[in-house]
Amino acid sequence: MAQRRTIVRWLLGGGFSASIVSFLYPAIKFMNPPAIPEAAVNEVSAGKVQDLKVNAGKIVKFGSRPALLIRTGESEFRAFSAICTHLNCTVQYQDARREIWCACHNGLYDLNGKVVSGPPPAPLEEYAVRVRGDEVVLSKRA
Amino acid sequence: MAAITEWLDERLGWNAIREFAAHKSVPVHSATMWYYFGGITLFLFTIQVLTGVLLLLYYRPSPTEAYESVQFIVTRVEFGWLVRSIHSWSANLMILSAFIHMFSVVFLHSYRRPRELTWLSGIALLGLALGFGFSGYLLPWNKLSYFATKVGTDMAGSVPLIGHQIARFLRGGDDVGGGTLTRFFGFHVAVLPGITTLLLVLHLVLVQKAGMSSPPWIKGENLPQIRFFPNFFLRELMAWYAALGVLGSLAALFPWELGEKADPFAPAPAGIRPEWYFLAPFYTLKLIPSHVWRIEGELLGLFGFGLLAVWWVLLPFWSADRRGTLRQRLVTGAGVALLAYLATFSVLGYLR
Repeated sequence: MAQRRTIVRWLLGGGFSASIVSFLYPAIKFMNPPAIPEAAVNEVSAGKVQDLKVNAGKIVKFGSRPALLIRTGESEFRAFSAICTHLNCTVQYQDARREIWCACHNGLYDLNGKVVSGPPPAPLEEYAVRVRGDEVVLSKRA
Repeated sequence: MAAITEWLDERLGWNAIREFAAHKSVPVHSATMWYYFGGITLFLFTIQVLTGVLLLLYYRPSPTEAYESVQFIVTRVEFGWLVRSIHSWSANLMILSAFIHMFSVVFLHSYRRPRELTWLSGIALLGLALGFGFSGYLLPWNKLSYFATKVGTDMAGSVPLIGHQIARFLRGGDDVGGGTLTRFFGFHVAVLPGITTLLLVLHLVLVQKAGMSSPPWIKGENLPQIRFFPNFFLRELMAWYAALGVLGSLAALFPWELGEKADPFAPAPAGIRPEWYFLAPFYTLKLIPSHVWRIEGELLGLFGFGLLAVWWVLLPFWSADRRGTLRQRLVTGAGVALLAYLATFSVLGYLR
């Protein structure tokens, strides 16, 4: 009698647990956002050369991410990922100090993308810049 | 009237409730005033629910419409500016009141046995209030809120092993965007209110079960008491009125600003900082260098915050020694130290 009761208890308990799992599993899977494949962007146009003054910077779209293009001289450009390596904020160019600055936690990078001061743990990813005619083109480094 | 009471009693056990209310009393001593802050927090939460429901009538949770819908509320809808301002100010005052309530519980040592569960449910409610603040901050979809959410979700992403999954879950994808906004909206108006309501009921039941605690230095069985209903309740109502006065004045005189619309391709604006209740960790993260003994500063900061949070949550369990004697000085010292850290770093975070 006691054994039959134990079996029934296990069956009921197991069935109940299994139904809870069967409710929770799809719900948890549903909450996990699906990975959306993005077309790999390796090169973008950043506009005309004359649109950016010397010692100025601007944010351009590099796929779905921001990139920072800086004109350091008449024919010299530098470009980096504009995403701060500390906590993901978008950096900006500071013309007075000729440095790249993240306003969120005061991280400073030099014009090579290297960390000068503040909490960023790694340098900014650098992009290659080419001038094609009067167009500035950014591309990922191999 | 007697017939109605009898009718209700037959169906609801009304007389038992009346009996309970008639016998509930509140001790009167020099620190009685701190008892009001739990009630004030509850009152402000009620205001949040009411104004939140009103805002729901116009708000649209999508990146292309969120900012514009809030702009519509504050510029075109009658009293829209006031409703939105009350919602924002009340959120801040509610968190302030919850913090005052928590620290008063610490300094009056009301967390001690048998009120450990009351403390834990209260701390969970404070966590939920911060969650409300964080999720609600993004909803207007302005620049400040956009970057605050980027930083906040990236911090969650730094947790070893599961950080990436947590960040994706919070963002509804790899980056802060439309998916994040709809998620945060769902958390803010459905998930968090549901959990909060359940925990709030538990917290209030636990408070009723254990009764009001008196500080350990106030002893004696003949401590003067006042009846909860109507004496303390009417005083609490007056406190609510005072809170409403402060809230109404702030909302009317300093309407909550909307700021500029979020632009994922604009740099973080200078002077960016989170809401005041996140300023202390924000400033701490600013101070920690990129690496400390080969460990990333950000990770170290998060680890430190995690340890601090666990230590604080477990306060009732380390506040007494093995014989059950209260470590009163230790807890008071810890409370003062935490309060000093939060206050100093919040001020510095605001100024710098």
